[in-house]
Amino acid sequence: MPKKLLFLLPLVLVAVLPLFWTNPYVLHMLILCMMWSVLGQSWNLLGGYTGQVSFGHAAFFGIGAYSAALLVNGQGIPPARAWLGLGLGGVTAVLLAVFIGWVCFRLRGPYFALSVMALSEVLHLIAINWKDVTNGAEGVLFIPAFNDKKYYYWIVLALAVTNFVCIKYVMKSKLGLYFLAIREDQDAAESLGINTTVYKLASLLISAFFTGVAGAFYFNYMGFIDPGIVFDTAKISVMMILVTMLGGAATLAGPAVGAVLYILVSEILRAWLGQGHLVFFGVLIIVIILFFPNGIVGTWKDRQARKAKGAAAAGVTTTGGGA
Amino acid sequence: MSPQVAGQIELFLQVVIAGVLLGGLYALIGLGMSLIMGVMRIINLAHGELMMVAMYITFWGFTLWKVDPYVSLLAVLPVMFLLGVAIQKFLISPVMATDTILPENQVLLTVGVGMVLSNLALIFFSANYRSVPVSYASKTIYWDVAVGGQTISLSFNFPFLVAFGIALLLGGALFLFLSRTDTGRMIRATAQDKRAAALMGINTERITVITFGLGAALVGAAGTLLAPVYYLYPQIGHPFTPKAFIITVLGGMGNVAGAVVGGLVLGLAESLGSVYVSLGYKDALGFVIFVLVLIFMPNGLLGKSKA
Repeated sequence: MPKKLLFLLPLVLVAVLPLFWTNPYVLHMLILCMMWSVLGQSWNLLGGYTGQVSFGHAAFFGIGAYSAALLVNGQGIPPARAWLGLGLGGVTAVLLAVFIGWVCFRLRGPYFALSVMALSEVLHLIAINWKDVTNGAEGVLFIPAFNDKKYYYWIVLALAVTNFVCIKYVMKSKLGLYFLAIREDQDAAESLGINTTVYKLASLLISAFFTGVAGAFYFNYMGFIDPGIVFDTAKISVMMILVTMLGGAATLAGPAVGAVLYILVSEILRAWLGQGHLVFFGVLIIVIILFFPNGIVGTWKDRQARKAKGAAAAGVTTTGGGA
Repeated sequence: MSPQVAGQIELFLQVVIAGVLLGGLYALIGLGMSLIMGVMRIINLAHGELMMVAMYITFWGFTLWKVDPYVSLLAVLPVMFLLGVAIQKFLISPVMATDTILPENQVLLTVGVGMVLSNLALIFFSANYRSVPVSYASKTIYWDVAVGGQTISLSFNFPFLVAFGIALLLGGALFLFLSRTDTGRMIRATAQDKRAAALMGINTERITVITFGLGAALVGAAGTLLAPVYYLYPQIGHPFTPKAFIITVLGGMGNVAGAVVGGLVLGLAESLGSVYVSLGYKDALGFVIFVLVLIFMPNGLLGKSKA
């Protein structure tokens, strides 16, 4: 019990923070950090733990954002109730994931990754061209429900905590073991009686749900979306992978660490370089892959394990080793 | 035959011609990808960005020294080859040698390379749209055909025609290179079975590096040929990377003749789709074909297993 309380202490500190620190810019940064931590963690479940690397998670983010947007636009729901969109965003993302999973899980490895990207690009094109519904490239504008950022802060904090606890719980359950087994060797998992299609889909659905909710949150918070923002492969799909890889794929803390670093670096570089600041993210991706392929948390864990087990543990990673 | 019918036929043939000519360029882009992905099993998401680099080389050659784009091909091919060699040797090969949780690290690495290339272009050359204003950019050759008492006038855009011809030449040269030379045979052997090739005394590491260089040179050539008829800007490569995948998968992995077929099919699909389906959705057509072919015809349209 005391251990659990220790875990709650920082959470309470984080929760009461906006009551004392009201600088809107700082809150904005923290909100983005938490949103990206949700996105990274969701990608991590499918890509890191289950080994199904997706290059098209923008599809779920975008459809979540657009579901929330269409709910406000089409039905004339007052902005304060626009939060219904959060649930709707998750649900539509799950429905989309059922379709994408049905199509793309016939393929493996890089071909799975590319086919999800292709479908995500198709959705991007639909969002641009289906003007009657999506308002096309002009996007959807809406006046956010709250003026004070602290409400958004608490909402996204609740989302991030739910997401973290949920994925932690899943990875401790039998389901999580199935996911790991599929990542390590899909054929071996299949031969042990694991229905790999069902469990890969389960992983995708959970991952898509949280990504969709995060997309809906993004719309409600920013008050504006267009297809080029929410369906962008480079700015959403690839950055979700970067956030996860930066912190450490297949680690629980990795995506959160990655999200904080990503938002910090991105703000500093944007202020310093303006357009073209993405060049540093490109360099960052290359450096991480070449020198820290298991991310910050992954590398640190490896080192701890090596220290603990001595020479015997050399070459074995705590996260399960190579594929 | 009524003039309306003749007009319809004229439009249709014109669209087919445009599709085939565009398909020639696509074939060149696809050939590069087919070598890299089909032969070496490397997924290169920086393919379009390599094309962008070649376009800028052509642009600066023309702007600064009045070098004709087709002449600049002589410089673009070796420069792009060396760039490809450097990327493979110093970035991709070391990553492929390390063991990580995610085997897709190599793919993500090329995303990083692509981001670096396009954003460097953005920083140094700005986001302005540029073009290579050659004198023959809009030169067109007309061909009048008499059909059922009506005259149909078909037009061929000169730069596209030249590009198509050069693309065919380069494709043929690649085919001869792969089938007749020692290096070509080594590339094919490495593609078939890397370990067996290594046991036969082939330096597979070197072959992989050379192949990536060749792929980069081919897509570079496509960029140069595209420069006179297209505008260029730092992000131009972005839509061409998926196109390259679509072509490669259509043609079958590592199948040189297949890449040409895939290029023509995609060119025709886009051209026909933009006229008869919808301009906005023409790119979606390619993606849908891509996913369908991956699932139902994993060996490509020609149906042969890889060479």
